[in-house]
Amino acid sequence: MPTSWRARLVDLLYPLGAAALAFVLGALVLAALGVSPVEAYAALLRGAFGTRNALAETLVKATPLLLVGLGICVAFRGQVINIGGEGQMIVGALLATALGLAWPDAPGWLLIPLAMAVAMVGGAVWGGIPGVLKAYYNVNEILSTIMMNAIAVQLMNYLLRGPMIDPVQAQRASQIPQTAALNVAYRLPRWVPTRLHLGAALAVLLAFAVYFWLWRTGWGYRIRAVGYNPHASRYAGIPVKRYTVLALVLSGALAGLAGMVQVYGVNYRMITDGSATGFTGGAGFNGIVAALLGQLHPLGTIPAAVLFGALLVGANAMQRAVQVPSALVTALNGLVVVFVVSSEYFRRRAQRRRLLEQTRATPPAPARGPSPR
Amino acid sequence: MRRLFLFALLVGLALGLVACGGGEATQAPAAEEARPFRIAVVMPSAINDMAFSQSMYDALVKLQQDMGGPAKLEFVYSENMYVVDDAAAAIRDYASQGYDLVIAHGSQYGSSLQEIAPDFPETSFAWGTTVDTFKEMGIDNVFAYEARSEQGGYVNGVMAALLSQSGVIGVVGPIETGDAKLYIDGFKAGVLATNPDAQVNVNYIGSFSDTALAAEAAKTHIQAGADVMTGTAQMVVGAISVAKDHGVLWFGTQADQSSLAPEIVVANQVYDWTVALKPMVENIQKGVRGGEAYSLTLANGGLTIQYNPAFNLPAEVKDAAQKTIQGIIDGSIQIPVGGE
Amino acid sequence: MESWGNILLGIAASGIRLATPYLYAAMGETLSQRSGVLNLGVEGQMLMGAFAAFYVAYRTGSAGLGLLAAVGVGLLMGLAMAFVSVHLHAEQGISGIGFYLFGLGLSDLLFQKLLGTVDSVQGVPDAHFPLLSDLPVLGELFFRHNWMVYGAYALVPLVWFVLNKTPWGLMIKAAGENPHAADSLGVSIAKVRYATVTLGGVLSALGGASLSIGLLKIFQQNMTSGLGFIAVALVYFGSWRPVGVLLGALLFSLVNALQLWVQVLGLPIPADFAVMAPYVLTIVVLVLVVQRARPPAALTKPFVRE
Repeated sequence: MPTSWRARLVDLLYPLGAAALAFVLGALVLAALGVSPVEAYAALLRGAFGTRNALAETLVKATPLLLVGLGICVAFRGQVINIGGEGQMIVGALLATALGLAWPDAPGWLLIPLAMAVAMVGGAVWGGIPGVLKAYYNVNEILSTIMMNAIAVQLMNYLLRGPMIDPVQAQRASQIPQTAALNVAYRLPRWVPTRLHLGAALAVLLAFAVYFWLWRTGWGYRIRAVGYNPHASRYAGIPVKRYTVLALVLSGALAGLAGMVQVYGVNYRMITDGSATGFTGGAGFNGIVAALLGQLHPLGTIPAAVLFGALLVGANAMQRAVQVPSALVTALNGLVVVFVVSSEYFRRRAQRRRLLEQTRATPPAPARGPSPR
Repeated sequence: MRRLFLFALLVGLALGLVACGGGEATQAPAAEEARPFRIAVVMPSAINDMAFSQSMYDALVKLQQDMGGPAKLEFVYSENMYVVDDAAAAIRDYASQGYDLVIAHGSQYGSSLQEIAPDFPETSFAWGTTVDTFKEMGIDNVFAYEARSEQGGYVNGVMAALLSQSGVIGVVGPIETGDAKLYIDGFKAGVLATNPDAQVNVNYIGSFSDTALAAEAAKTHIQAGADVMTGTAQMVVGAISVAKDHGVLWFGTQADQSSLAPEIVVANQVYDWTVALKPMVENIQKGVRGGEAYSLTLANGGLTIQYNPAFNLPAEVKDAAQKTIQGIIDGSIQIPVGGE
Repeated sequence: MESWGNILLGIAASGIRLATPYLYAAMGETLSQRSGVLNLGVEGQMLMGAFAAFYVAYRTGSAGLGLLAAVGVGLLMGLAMAFVSVHLHAEQGISGIGFYLFGLGLSDLLFQKLLGTVDSVQGVPDAHFPLLSDLPVLGELFFRHNWMVYGAYALVPLVWFVLNKTPWGLMIKAAGENPHAADSLGVSIAKVRYATVTLGGVLSALGGASLSIGLLKIFQQNMTSGLGFIAVALVYFGSWRPVGVLLGALLFSLVNALQLWVQVLGLPIPADFAVMAPYVLTIVVLVLVVQRARPPAALTKPFVRE
């Protein structure tokens, strides 16, 4: 449908306005804590976008959000909810790290793609298990992915303090649960002096690839068809169960890649603090938010991931600059998510109203058959 | 295509913000003599966790008092930095802001520090808890600090063995690594050296935050006959509460936990990081930026056993504890864990 | 050394206690999902409830007022979730995650600003039934728990009764299965969902209180540590039936209690694998027990009158 430029700009105002409203509420709390809201938010903006390094950090943060978010797009299109991003990231990272450590003297150009492949396989398996359980055993994927996350964390803790522990640490009394560092040749290229690594560009490329795959290939079409109407799809001869598994496998593979990118692009080894978040930074959950804010569209997820990454990075900078408790920052993140997702309602209402005015002004366009979104 | 447009717009917006934001605010260098010493610390949990992070926060407050208030020492902190790469970003940011000493208070931050420190040769860093200063890698601006928590663990173990009637002692830990493992291994050694027939049941609950599971682990220990317990990390407050409910004795570590259950906490191993921080500050003021490793021990006063004044500790147990402390200090007691 | 009987008794008693917070939260979630709303913000509501109950009990010395505070806070959090999901048709999974983060942060912030440090309260007392509590085995198993534990188990038949034997239950199920038909029959979908989601918030908050002033009698930041998400998973495990949810909660908690014993007994299994056990077993049981249930047809779908 034709929409004017102005209307599109107005559309954008809703989520931004909602976020602004959340920040106004946050400002009240900040003021109550005796901190200048202006100073605090200036620090947040500066910390997220203010310098080259800040912008790079935002993009580094956004990368796993985008990768997980792309997986969420695929899964949701196939009508499955993947809350297992955390576990899939961990398993992908574990496998990729194990490969890099087991084969320490390969050329980087060979090992890095191999590690990516291995990580995607790991994530795919960790996502595929809930997929198979859902398709063939009717086990709900929300349940199984939550459980698989917990299992992955314990697996990571076991491996990092046992079989995969850094040999240096193994000899120390304190035994820090981390692997040895990867060969320098295996590091993803960086935009020196920042930490922005090749993974970010890769994630953007993948966003386009996923977009193309979902809308321009038969497989993608069938996944969307299965998500849109499983009964009709079955009737049309699509093996619905297989596509359900495929949706979770792909979703897991992308999350697994996100885990590999964190190791090969950011930390260069795996370290655990006992929790999933310590390694993933919560990207397995926040990626869901990014995808949904991006309207479950691979390309929409790109700016959504960047903005959400900016919020996370800027919030930490705010803590440093004005010394507010990190708890406030967490609460504010939550508020932004709630407000932005609620603003959809007003945006859609405005859209409807606009459409109504248009149809009154112009004769009805020829009807198109329903197609999966 | 509507969304492509949206994307382009948002990217444009972001870039616009960068342009508006401009360069980093430059700090005017203050006159050298008036300038306070500035410390930044990055911590994995909250400053009021009654455990690891609180012990560092308390030390900084004390150091500030000892050095003559905020005019002499300024410190800032980032708490709850459990995400390793967020911590790395914080460390880098503090370093670029020109702090004299940036403390990475968590063994999981070492890898990041190894990468960041060479980029800021004028800044001193400290990493705990470890003995690694990366000196052998040619990095000379990192201090290391650790707590020989097995020492206090051993003393607590000796007292626990003497106080236990049942001969069964329960331990609640997070995951079997790092400071927790050191303390628990030392505690076990102390118990068994005092009463070889005692039984020490250890439960690692796989989490630093699951207070409810820590509590249930404590109940399990009690069911298994334990009448004395200990534990380490921030989730043990759940276990302490259970111990209090059941009148089971408790030994604390990392911070003073007596206030939580004055009737059952016997003693705490308390960390005083100022013992490591003071020489670091002195060294930096002399121009030495790193390369030294500091340990908190019973001998140097970094570790102290603080008896809960509200608990009526039998004199002979206290004597045994004091003798053990002496023995560890003069080397006549060797603890079969930890150390290099 | 303890006897096997003693160990089994310990596991059973532990399991019964551990299931308590799950039951409160999962019963609330069952009601809300049955009416068509997925509430992923349970964890945040639990934390807020846990803090409110603790803080009020701490200041006033009254556990009853603490519970009342939890109810109040749960009511507010539930109403907010209901407004956002019912009125504003917001995507339920994402708004739930938002509420989770909000509750996680706010409870911690209030904790730091109002209390400052971990402390303990008297809290809700343990029950003592004359004669029954002093029975040798049964006494420990069933009759010496915290009062909050009994509340949790009393909820199960109550929710079952409401869902299956009352007109409200019919309306709830209709709102979740076929809201349009129900609407045409004059049932206000909005009202029903407001009621269930708000009640869900209250029950989640009570679940949090069952930890902070019931079982643990302390408050610590993020003390629920993922419990709320497990509660949501248990609703799926129980196929949206109160009894099924109860069985799931008991299974999960008993295995958790068992793994604690595995470690205490010093069996040669790495602790990490022991901790994993309840999660693995929950999945395995669901695979072995053939599942026929399907979610309420309108779950996660906002109701829009056509």
